[in-house]
Formats: sequence, C-alpha cells, structure tokens
Amino acid sequence: MSDGAATVLDVKDLRTVFQTGQGEIHAVNSVSFDLKPGELLGVVGESGSGKSVTMMSLIGLLPSPPADIQGGHVNFDGLDLLNIDEDDLRAIRGARIGFIFQDPMTSLNPVFTIGFQLMEPLRMHMGLSKAAARKRAAELLDLVGIADPHKRLSDYPHQFSGGMRQRVMIAIALACDPKVLIADEPTTALDVTIQAQIIDLMKDLRRKLDMAIVWITHDLGVIAGIADRVIVMYGGQIVEHAPVEELFANPQHPYTRALLQTVPSIRGGRSDRLRVIDGQPPILLEAPSQCSFQARCSHAFDRCRRHDPARLTISPGHDVACFWDPATGEPRDE
Amino acid sequence: MSDTAQAPLVQVRGLKMHFPIHAGLFRRHVGDIKAVDDISLDIFESETLGLVGESGCGKSTAGRAIISLYTITDGSVEIDGVDLAQLDSNSLRAMRPKMQMIFQDPQASLNPRMSVASIIAEPLVEHMSLSSSERLARVYELMDAVGLNRAFAERFPHEFSGGQRQRIGIARALALNPKFIVCDEPIAALDVSIQAQVVNLLEDLQKQFGLTYLFISHDLSMVRHIADRVAVMYLGKIVELAPRDTLYSQPLHPYTQALLSAVPEPDPVSEKDRRHIILKGDVPSPANTPTGCNFCTRCPIAEDICRQIDPEFREITPGQFVACHFVGETTKSTGENTTGTIAQH
Repeated sequence: MSDGAATVLDVKDLRTVFQTGQGEIHAVNSVSFDLKPGELLGVVGESGSGKSVTMMSLIGLLPSPPADIQGGHVNFDGLDLLNIDEDDLRAIRGARIGFIFQDPMTSLNPVFTIGFQLMEPLRMHMGLSKAAARKRAAELLDLVGIADPHKRLSDYPHQFSGGMRQRVMIAIALACDPKVLIADEPTTALDVTIQAQIIDLMKDLRRKLDMAIVWITHDLGVIAGIADRVIVMYGGQIVEHAPVEELFANPQHPYTRALLQTVPSIRGGRSDRLRVIDGQPPILLEAPSQCSFQARCSHAFDRCRRHDPARLTISPGHDVACFWDPATGEPRDE
Repeated sequence: MSDTAQAPLVQVRGLKMHFPIHAGLFRRHVGDIKAVDDISLDIFESETLGLVGESGCGKSTAGRAIISLYTITDGSVEIDGVDLAQLDSNSLRAMRPKMQMIFQDPQASLNPRMSVASIIAEPLVEHMSLSSSERLARVYELMDAVGLNRAFAERFPHEFSGGQRQRIGIARALALNPKFIVCDEPIAALDVSIQAQVVNLLEDLQKQFGLTYLFISHDLSMVRHIADRVAVMYLGKIVELAPRDTLYSQPLHPYTQALLSAVPEPDPVSEKDRRHIILKGDVPSPANTPTGCNFCTRCPIAEDICRQIDPEFREITPGQFVACHFVGETTKSTGENTTGTIAQH
C-alpha cells in the first residue's frame, strides 16, 4: 500500500500558543512533519516538550481559549484540518483519525458499559444498526485479545484491569478503520509486563490493518522496538528527525545524544555514574529567538544564543536543528 | 541469610502485612488482603537493596511496614539490633530518627502551606531541641547537601520544579542523620533527564553519610544502576533475591526472566531480534491469591505441583535466593534464547 511519495498526514509550520494569566506560552513552534501510509512515527520528548499539544492541535482537540492555533497547515486526505468547519472535523475525528490516550483509567466513561462506548463511534460514523454495531464491537474486542467478548460488552470499565482498559481504548480507536492512529503515551501508565503485551498487540494490529501510527512516548526503549522513523521534540520544536536505526546509531542533536546517555540499560556495561542533563526544560514565554536547548547544552556557543537553528538535512531522511556538528566537534558553517 | 561477617543493619523475618476486609451488615471479617505475605531479607550497612515489582505487588507496603509505618501482622523487623515490633510507642518514636523515608510524589508529600525551611526543619523541631539559629544553620547545611540554593529557603513548594521538590523531600529525610532510608519510587514522577540528577544525588549522599537504602522502584534499568542487591516481588512475596549482576545476567525465577525480557531496550538493532517473554493475563488480586505458587496462574512453565505447593524460598547459588520448584539441578528454562514461543497474543 505504501508508495514512498504519498503521505496521509502532512503538517506544516504548526504553531500553538496558550493564552494564560501570566502571558503567552508558546507550546508548539513551527512544527512540520509528515506521515506515510502504514508507517509508525515515534515522537519522543520530555513532559512539556509539546508532543501531545502538537497532536491535539492538529485534530482540534484543544479548547480555544486558552489554546490558539496561530498558524500552519495540516493536510489530511486533501483537506486542511485547520480550516474546515467543526462538523467536518468531527466526521474525521474518531472515524478516519483514531486517538488513544495515555490514561486508560480516566478516558473511559465509568457510567456506560464497554459495549455502549465501543458501539458509539460505529453507529455515529459508520451508520451501523444497533445489532450490527454490537456484532462489530464484539469482533473488535476479540481483535484486541479480550476473552469472551460478547459477554464483556455489557461490563463496565471498573470490571476491567488497567491493561484490559487500554485494550478497550485501542478497540474504540480502531472501531472505524482509521487511516491514522495517534497513540499518546499508550503504555506509560502500565506495568512493564502489561506494556509488553500492548506493544505486541500493536505490532500485530499494524500488520493486519495497515494503518499509519503516531506513537508519542518519553521512553526511548519503547521507540527503539516499534518505530520506523522518530522525531525528537524539545521546547515545542522538532530538534531531530531520523529513521530509527540512524537516530540511535548516529544521533546529532546534543539533546538526543544526552538523552541516550542518561538512560541506564538492563544489559551491557554499567557506568558508575549516570550522565545528567543539567538544568531544567525551558518555559516558553515567547516565540523562540535562540536555540531552546542552549542553556543546558555543553556545546553551545555564541550563534546558539543569537539565532534559533533551522532544521538542516544532513543525510537522506535525517535532519537536525543545531549549529554544532558532532562529526567535527565544531560549529557548522554559517 | 548471608554469611558475610558484617551484621545486617536491617533484618526482616517472616514479615506479613495483611489488611482485613470487612463486609456485610455487621462488618464481619471476611478475608484479608495479603499485601505482604511472609518476606525475609537482610539489608547490610551502606548498601542499597533494590526492591522491584509491578504495581500492586506490595513493594511500597513492604517498605512502609519495615520502618513501622504500619502495625505489622506478623514477623519481626530488627533495625540496628532493635526489634521494632517489641517497642512501645515512645521507644519507637525514639527510633524514628534512624529510619526515614523519601516518597514518590514530591508534590503530594510536601505541605503546600509550609516554606521549604519549615518543611526541612520539621523533623528537627519534633526530635531535637535546637535553638532557632542552630536549626536554621542545619537547614542551610542540608540545602547545600542536596543542591538547593539557600536563597530559596523561604519559598513554597509550588515555586519549585519536580526535581527540586524531590530534593526538598530528600533534605527532610536527611535532617536527623538517619542510618536507613526507604526510598519509595523517588524518581517515578520525574522526567528522564531529571531522574539521573536525583539518582546521582542519592548516590553522592550515600557515600558522604554512609546511608543504607531500600530503593523501591518498578524501573528495572535504574535499579540496576543504583542497587547492590535486588529483590523481586510478586503478589506479596519475594520470588528472587540476588546480587545485582547475578540477577540481571542469570535470572532464575520465571517471573524475573519475564520481567527483564519485557523491559524495552533503547537499541533498535538488538530490539529487532530480541525475544520477549510475554506473560498472559493480569496479576491476581492479593485478596484471593492462588493456592500453591502465587505465580502459577501466569507462569509459562507451571505444572501441577505449582498449583498445590507453595515453593520454598531457598538459596540456589551463594547469595541468590529463589522461590521456584524448578530452579536447582533440573532447571527448566524460559530463557529468551532457548525455548521459543511461550505465550502469544
């Protein structure tokens, strides 16, 4: 299905600002990326790096005010999602773009049965009759590996464990055969053995359904195991973007490099002391006029404080927003 | 337990922490949640014992029970030669300065209405008679030790970031010169880049003050970094306890093996051909534990004996204790490289 050139989702220059009592917070600053059919794009970053806000802005999930999308284009299937009316957007959300949230405990409604919540998108978006929706809902539960699906449809969320609730969330997101699935930290709230189950399930579903997935996480280990391409976000910007093997083998941005070194591993060598990134992530009170990482960067020099580096392609499919060149240890040519 | 000449600082024997369940009109006692069910371990002076397990396995309860934050159901805990269970409340209070705790959520464990200085000084007020200037001097000393700027002493917790708040919690735990500190998931609420800062601080303080840690965490890679020995808990019991390097290179219990294989590694090349042991199902409720081995409902190698007899926790190789029927001479392996597909979804 995938033919190199086509993209299902194309985001250009997205900018989101929150208006708060203390002034503006520039949460997403000129973010551009694309997503090809059937691929899994990993998005890595710490809390506050703008990864969730980016994804929520592009499908209009942020309440406005306080959020204000100040610019950009989001092309999905020939439509600009930022410039269509609410009804059209609603028809896309949940149908052609699915969303899995982080916390399976709070994202299901406790007063409705699992069956009702699964059938809702099927009846709304696909116009199925009640009986047909129920049949499809049971199929979906079976697909995500929940035993005895017909019976479980009339259960309430509290009767499911955390891992099973996340499976239900995945089933709901998959209900209408989306072309794009956005998974926002889908395994962060789960234990490692349950996380392994969910990752295994997602790999399996991806093969079966051939959809494009955006997987947001802060866990580099998870990304290494599932992603095709990775974008690294810091301070509301994409600082590095590369195919997964390339990113781990040849990280360019000082932030990516530091991040890879701070994470201890369960195998291999064990250092006596962990490498740290000193300092705190930035608070983005204004649009960036300098590199957002420069205050914590050990390679920062003059130019980093004067200009915000643009993304520079250094090899096919690999770009980085940094003035410093790790290959030479010197600043890149201006 | 171990034949080291040095006596353990903390000696836990047969510790049980059951919480009763009352139900019905007369609130009759109908059962128990066996949060911690018969664990024994030693913690030696200046070492870090890692306690790992999934949520609900009882690791935090074990940590709290060890320093008598609960009245334990059964068993004994000796700290520095004193059996805590035998103490009346006054003598227990006198023991408190020796054992302190660092909590998981620095947001919830600091009083939002108290300034940093008064939070750190609170244990000093409770347990020591210092003049206010002596107390302030000690607070400054502690703030220096954990890397907080003295100028922030009069600020309030909400003015600090997560990592800095955790430093305040650490300073408070250090105030009384404790010997033993229970760190209950001290880094779980922090970002990756901040976690490393806090872990390094804990290690520095350990060297500087000769502290002994019980480090409770679900993060197996961080425990590998900080701990000298590691205990793995499952459903209220310790299933394996071993020196760090042994546990990570040769895990013997099938649960430890599954747990380690489930941790994703930040290396796309090795991750591609790595076999994960994927456990089926969820952890059973501690109110209704299976007969026999607690792990038998999810264990890939369970046989009839596992469903009848609870395996004994025994020493297999020096220092490595395992509770499994099949570990020993005739080890059945669930290793990542040996047997193939164990469970699939």
